[in-house]
Amino acid sequence: MPITDEVKLDDGSKLGSLTKKIRGHQGMIIGSVIVFAVIAIALLAPLLAPHDPYEQDLMKRLLPPFWDSRGSWEHIFGTDHLGRDYLSRLIYGARISLLIGIGAALISGLIGTIMGVMAGYFGGRVDMVVTFLITVRLSMPVVLVALAVVAIVGGSLQVVITVLGLLLWDRFAVVMRSSTLQIRSMDYVAAAQAVGCSVSRVLMTEVMPNVVNNLIVITTIEIAHAIILEAALSFLGLGVQPPLPSWGLMVSEGKDMMLFEPWLITIPGVALFLLVLAINLMGDGVRDITAPENRN
Amino acid sequence: MSDRVLDVKNLSIDIPLAEGMLHAVDGIDIHVDKGETLCIVGESGCGKSLTSLAVMDLLPKKAIRRLERLDLAGASILDYSEQQMSDIRGSKMGMIFQEPMTSLNPAFTIGNQMVETLQRHRKMNRVAARDLAKRMLEKVGITAADQRLNQYPHQLSGGLRQRVMIAMTLLCEPELIIADEPTTALDVTIQAQILLLLQELQSEFDMGLILITHDLGVVARIATRVAVMYAGQIVEQGTVKQIFDNPMHPYTRGLMRCIPVPGKTKPGEPLGSIPGMVPSLVGKFTGCRFAERCDHVTDACRQSDIELRAESGKTQGYRCIIDAKEMAKVA
Amino acid sequence: MSAVMINAKNVTRNFSISRGMFRGKQILRAVSGVDLTVKKGEVLALVGESGCGKTTLAKIILGLLPQTTGSVDLCGQSIMDLPRLELARTIQPIFQDPYSSLNPRKTIGSIIGLPMRVQGVENSATIRRKVQKTMDLVGLAARHYNAYPNQLSGGQRQRVAIARALVNRPQIVVCDEPTSALDVSVQSQILNLLSDLRKELNLTYIIISHNLAVVEHIATRVAVMYLGRLVEEAKTSILFNNPHHPYTRALLESVLTPEPDLGIPNTQLGASYPNPIDPPSGCAFHPRCAQVMPHCAMTPPLSNNVNGRFVECHIYNDDSAENAD
Repeated sequence: MPITDEVKLDDGSKLGSLTKKIRGHQGMIIGSVIVFAVIAIALLAPLLAPHDPYEQDLMKRLLPPFWDSRGSWEHIFGTDHLGRDYLSRLIYGARISLLIGIGAALISGLIGTIMGVMAGYFGGRVDMVVTFLITVRLSMPVVLVALAVVAIVGGSLQVVITVLGLLLWDRFAVVMRSSTLQIRSMDYVAAAQAVGCSVSRVLMTEVMPNVVNNLIVITTIEIAHAIILEAALSFLGLGVQPPLPSWGLMVSEGKDMMLFEPWLITIPGVALFLLVLAINLMGDGVRDITAPENRN
Repeated sequence: MSDRVLDVKNLSIDIPLAEGMLHAVDGIDIHVDKGETLCIVGESGCGKSLTSLAVMDLLPKKAIRRLERLDLAGASILDYSEQQMSDIRGSKMGMIFQEPMTSLNPAFTIGNQMVETLQRHRKMNRVAARDLAKRMLEKVGITAADQRLNQYPHQLSGGLRQRVMIAMTLLCEPELIIADEPTTALDVTIQAQILLLLQELQSEFDMGLILITHDLGVVARIATRVAVMYAGQIVEQGTVKQIFDNPMHPYTRGLMRCIPVPGKTKPGEPLGSIPGMVPSLVGKFTGCRFAERCDHVTDACRQSDIELRAESGKTQGYRCIIDAKEMAKVA
Repeated sequence: MSAVMINAKNVTRNFSISRGMFRGKQILRAVSGVDLTVKKGEVLALVGESGCGKTTLAKIILGLLPQTTGSVDLCGQSIMDLPRLELARTIQPIFQDPYSSLNPRKTIGSIIGLPMRVQGVENSATIRRKVQKTMDLVGLAARHYNAYPNQLSGGQRQRVAIARALVNRPQIVVCDEPTSALDVSVQSQILNLLSDLRKELNLTYIIISHNLAVVEHIATRVAVMYLGRLVEEAKTSILFNNPHHPYTRALLESVLTPEPDLGIPNTQLGASYPNPIDPPSGCAFHPRCAQVMPHCAMTPPLSNNVNGRFVECHIYNDDSAENAD
């Protein structure tokens, strides 16, 4: 049989075209640079921090940052009300923020993805149960429930991660359910079933690869979400407990001196804002780049 | 020439893409007379749908349209503003799409949408408009028209929706209807009914009809004239009998061999095929666009563009360097 | 006598349709009491309007959807008893839309090789060799092995889908509208390919199509479905030359062959296909039938064997005594 129709194949390798696409996506580049910088800072905190973030020196309390006339290069971002070096606390705080963001997103991602994919793939009763659970979850105010639980159990890093993880799965479930529903109706899923694939194989090889880009996008959104919620909980005094250097806690501790020493809340506030923005930019970029219709 | 409903001369459509300029449609002339059905036939990507959208001025924003002439019922509408075109689209020319759901608003009842059209284009009052809407639904063969007016588009079957769409298009008694694959999404039984309806209404209202399709069976049964498009150009045009009984262009001939015809093709025998692919239309293209897939290709085919040559008293024309006598020999 | 490949007996499939929270469920009978036999080497075409149950029936035969009642035997074994992998080795589908039937995240080689890996072939060299042989068989160039589906044209994608179905050499292939998403010139290539493969690999086909010209060209036997029932079934030439059931007749009349002199047929069928949730009484076709008789609305017709065909219509009930064999 003759070969009758031809289409030019991509000359460039798969990797080559991917880097080209990333290069074309400025938001993603900016976002990833910031995110990876924060990750590097968090990992290398002991090397980067000029001082011990817990060391108090009441003689040096509330020193302003270097750009102020009273500031010094000894404490680049000044010191807090207990005389702790603010830059060092900020650097160590990156660890807390990332840990909580990623930890909570992992737990909620696992719960939400399993529920969503099951609901979307099996439909029927499973779907009814999952949809009901999502509705129940959506009718609970996250911050209030988190506050109540932390108030009862007591705040600690582990508790905050677990509580947020158990509360933030709704968006995963909703998105995974609808994207699985969509993929499930594709003929290649039916073809895989007809070929004799087991359910788990269909899910792993046909469904998951096609919903994973949505999963990544939701994960980034939820990491950012968890980071902000942690900051809010810590700000209210029911999140991470002092003296841990969480950015939310730093804002909370600085709020009393907001009028006279505004940097105390601006610096951790800006750090939070930049990190969350960068994570979201990265998520957007990942979605744009991994969409299969863009592959060519 | 008062019978001429639509006259398009030298239509070209370019679409800028990341890889370069896509010359989607290149120098097309079409015209339709009153009571005439022009079928534009071609495969996906040949530019037949873009051509119809260009006539309606409904091309996507980034597409560049160039035209020498665009006359509707004797008057040039080439320089019409967006607003003027929008008025004309509802009243003087109507369009029917493959999937009527895309052009019916799901949030309003059929009656609402029809009455609104009449109020806007014909300045009728509600009662008169509703009455006319009802009569028009009956005209397109919808029973219980009063009830249907109160229904939403999703409550109707595909065939009924297409009938409603036709009724809506006819409300303002247009001079021209452009139907883009109007029956492709429908079952064969419904397809025949819709085509029959279109044909009856066309002669009743004395309209021009442009029907865009890839289905040669539909073309054979409804067309007065046929334009065969390939890669952005008309490669052959003529009356339906000329095209089907005596196709000249190698592409038209190839298409005719691809479809099974009861009585002609023997069951089980292999069908004809056209090897190869439509060429990319990005960038400049010289020579015959069918050259890569043609059995009779020569060097001359690739060197310069081929003009549409007129044959048999000018109604049939085809774009090939082989003349009629030689073509009869190679066939 | 060739072997019976598919033997379906009284197959029914119901779907329950939810009508909102408080109104309970309704039963939609997609396939209702269908008997079907397909012998080795046959090409059986299932034709009918959308919603007639032909795709549901095909899914039941493929084992993708359990039937509500009735039985389906493949090569003499009930599909309920066939292990999943053996079923997959016996029967394979080819879908209508080659854009949705190939996983966009996988390479052509991996798509065609999947059936082999599922069957437990682990040696990647063996898989590669067999995949390439199959690609050659369906007319795909070897260099497409590492390509992704979106780098191929519609016709090439359909060839990939055919290769995937054939790589384990099944005996039966179910093609659901295999060419209707393709361009005319590609359509004929795929039809030719399917015919060649049938001869070469001694396959049995079930072809679902609404394109009756294609059916007449490729099928050896035709089964016409209406509202979940088989209304007429016969050899292709017998059915096309002398259709008995009024519905078959209307269906054949509405085919638009490329013959310019004939004009558009008037099938007198009436506009709407009935709602399958609420089927008409008696013979389901009676509201649209040109030859309707008073008792058609009351009693469902019996099935008959008339003039070498199966037909289910009251017109042939009366003289069935003479014609029945």
